Amino acid sequence: MPTTEKKYDALIIGGGHNGLVNGAYLAKGGLKTLIIERRHLVGGAAITEELYPGFNFTTFSYALSLLRPDIIQDLDLVKHGLMVLNMPSTLAPMENGDHLYLGTDHHANYHAIARHSKKDAEAYDDYKTMVNKVCQAVKPLFDQIPPNLFSEEPEEVARLAAVGSHLRGLEPKTLHMLTRFLTGSAAEILDDYFESDIIKGLFSSSSIIGSKVGPRSQGSGLVLLFHKMGEVDGAFGDWGFHKGGNGGFTQVLARSARSFGAEITLNAGVSNVITKNGEAIGVALENGDEIYADIVVSALDPRRTFLQLVEPRELPTDLVDGIRNYKFQGVSAKVNFALDDLPEYPALPGRKDIYRGFLNIGPSIDYIERAFDEAKYGDFSRRPYIDACIQSTLDPDMTPPGKHVMSCFVQYCPYKLKDSTWDIERDNLGDTVQKTMESFFPNFSDLILHREVVTPLDIERTVGLSEGNIFAGEFLAPQMYFFRPAPGWNQYRTPIKGYYQCGSGTHPGGCVIGGPGKLASQQILGDLKRE
Amino acid sequence: MVKTTPFYPRTGPLNQTMLWEHWAGYLVAQKYQYSDTFEYYAIRNSVGLFDTSPLFKYRVKGPDATKFLSGVLARDIRICPPGHAQYTIWCNDKGWILEDGVALHITEDEYWLTAAEPNLGYFSHLIGYDKVTITDISEEYGILALQGPHALDVLGQLSEAVRKLKYFDLIRTKIAEKSVIVSRTGYTGDLGYEVWVGEEDAVTIWDAIMEAGDGYNITPFGQKVLHMARIDAGLALIDIEYRTARHAWTDEQRSSPIELGFGWMFRKLKKDDRAFIGRQAIEKEIAEKSSRWKLVGLEVDWQSYEKMYNDLGMIAPKDHTPIEEAMSVYNDDRVWIGHTTSFMFSTILKKHIAMAKVEPAMSAHGTEVLVELIINNRPRAVRAKVVKMPFFNPARKTEHI
Repeated sequence: MPTTEKKYDALIIGGGHNGLVNGAYLAKGGLKTLIIERRHLVGGAAITEELYPGFNFTTFSYALSLLRPDIIQDLDLVKHGLMVLNMPSTLAPMENGDHLYLGTDHHANYHAIARHSKKDAEAYDDYKTMVNKVCQAVKPLFDQIPPNLFSEEPEEVARLAAVGSHLRGLEPKTLHMLTRFLTGSAAEILDDYFESDIIKGLFSSSSIIGSKVGPRSQGSGLVLLFHKMGEVDGAFGDWGFHKGGNGGFTQVLARSARSFGAEITLNAGVSNVITKNGEAIGVALENGDEIYADIVVSALDPRRTFLQLVEPRELPTDLVDGIRNYKFQGVSAKVNFALDDLPEYPALPGRKDIYRGFLNIGPSIDYIERAFDEAKYGDFSRRPYIDACIQSTLDPDMTPPGKHVMSCFVQYCPYKLKDSTWDIERDNLGDTVQKTMESFFPNFSDLILHREVVTPLDIERTVGLSEGNIFAGEFLAPQMYFFRPAPGWNQYRTPIKGYYQCGSGTHPGGCVIGGPGKLASQQILGDLKRE
Repeated sequence: MVKTTPFYPRTGPLNQTMLWEHWAGYLVAQKYQYSDTFEYYAIRNSVGLFDTSPLFKYRVKGPDATKFLSGVLARDIRICPPGHAQYTIWCNDKGWILEDGVALHITEDEYWLTAAEPNLGYFSHLIGYDKVTITDISEEYGILALQGPHALDVLGQLSEAVRKLKYFDLIRTKIAEKSVIVSRTGYTGDLGYEVWVGEEDAVTIWDAIMEAGDGYNITPFGQKVLHMARIDAGLALIDIEYRTARHAWTDEQRSSPIELGFGWMFRKLKKDDRAFIGRQAIEKEIAEKSSRWKLVGLEVDWQSYEKMYNDLGMIAPKDHTPIEEAMSVYNDDRVWIGHTTSFMFSTILKKHIAMAKVEPAMSAHGTEVLVELIINNRPRAVRAKVVKMPFFNPARKTEHI
């Protein structure tokens, strides 16, 4: 006979990175907290798995940058083993066999770009300064609970006024560029600064990650800016690889959460939130158990949070409609390889040091746009954009000595295929990626010991992200800030008292970022204080 | 013409940046590649390789070697049996520190000692009737430091014997059929080993280690990264945390071992009857609590630091490059209470940290202080607090593996 005895103050549905961050903050804030994870391991889409003996794969997410720096401090993550290895370079191969190789040295980068265009090499500094200024302008908005545009509460009016006054304080050019990023295309901005295809191809690649846009689509500017908000040791736009992959990172989060007193239960799927008189009082597990608490937080995406964990009939119609129309449209896949050795790039023979960062297969805006074209009509790209990294070059513990793991992030792979299914196309996608890699690295196929193909359908099935969208909802202007995930519900609360949301479908958004988990905890702890 | 170390035939071509420094008259790499942090994380995540050959090296040999050194070195060398090494210091008769180094007890009557400065004359002049000789072997040996969690995975392939080394143990063994001495020591605060090799065999040893380390991403690292690692590890460095009393002009420039935090070396002084140089002054300082300074760790308050820059309309820089010079330290009333010796953004700790000399009254852990930074050419104060050193201290450094 289930008892309604309350054992916890707060339950968090989903042990992805935002659930863990939220749980750690709530426990730190004094709440008796339980994080409930459906799978056998925490991390959600930020996991590392030994899918081939001795080889550890970052099955889904594969690098770190957007993680909010204050979380590292607040949650003592260094003490629990945080180790972010800077990814020091990007190699962008070209279809004519040439390449662009950028590293950490300012002047070396000048000369690397100048090989392709002296004008672009000079413009690179102007571009970086401009992007840094825009990022600095966005940062305070990024790291605070956004205002509720539709509330008359004095606190919300003041919050909105603060945003207005922050924007008025910006240089006119910075505010104008910010607007262009938020509403325009990446290609338009890059065209203003650069002339060479390889530069524009490389720099536009961040504008399409995880999103059903091409660099020339309106909206790609926002995706580009979002990715520039990341940093490693204060440098905007830098990326790192966590020791042991993002699974290593979420294990750090789990240790931190436990150190503050949070409990984590694994292999426990939540079937629904239990409500009583319009208030959340606990959750029912798939095995029939019920757990009770005053606060229930969903770290799942908005579709699951509003349409599956609770009954839509308990919610306002506008909200239900808003969530039904909230766009997921996953377009990203992963193909992960175990390699016997490092590949060879013919123009840089014998160079092993070029693989420590990203390999960017997207040599021009045209290349990426063509890859996008196929996706528009429901097919996957036959010559895809690929963001690859060979992570064992940074962390030898990913593989047996001398062997390598390579993560390939692939676009575009639309969740809904027009004439086929992903169960049929899985191997075709793997072959396509392999063939594309081989067109740049001729010995690539000879090196493969093992291959794992992760389609958008696999992402949805394994991790639970609707339509395999890696951001738990697309980065479209009408789905951000005031409207993430729905008008009036952008402050982590829901219409059901005691029921909150903390997943990447809330502000500031996706990537391994922690911001939603952190800001939601501020709202929850603030609400408890106000009561 | 600057001298090169026995490993230079290999280190030379590996330096992609061509940035070199002079260390004790030798050419050494400041860094090998553009990314400092890539070199740095070799030490914390895989294995890094550092050419530490420019150290001065002395062989102290004879039936009275132990007796001689126990009177010359301030730390009791008699507790260091053959097959062990000891971190040590030596002082002048006023109790001011001259230098620090590592003594390797090779056999019953033989020690090898490292030093940052020439000391042949200094030590030789202290020999009276003791049966001991001192030889400068600086140019006869190269030293390679292998530092990082995979150091033993690499070295263990080349010599089974090194696997049993505990922290500060040493052993004479063979690598690639060449005779070497391996000690479990280093200057990075991580698991690490140092390999002493005859200069004629240096390149052979380098090649063997690089080959064995290939699967572990073995990475040569330069001076800059060594300094980043030693600050994390809270290790004092001559000419930065202290000046040798030999060449100082005034006592203000001199330091006592107690002031530098080496008081732990003298905990058993009452049971120890050695008449070592500086003993009386050190005993007096301990008894009278007359230390003027205490070397402490500082951790900068990250919010105070970020806010200071943001208020100025700037992005707060997080620079890994150590600033190894004095920045003033104040108490809350803005009274000067000391100065930093080393300051940097620690990439592994994600915080600005500093080693600093402060008044003993301000040295307790948790004490809040202000550190003066120069921003836009103006001094500004950022909050910091006294914390325990080492800042970074992984268990693998000392534990049996």
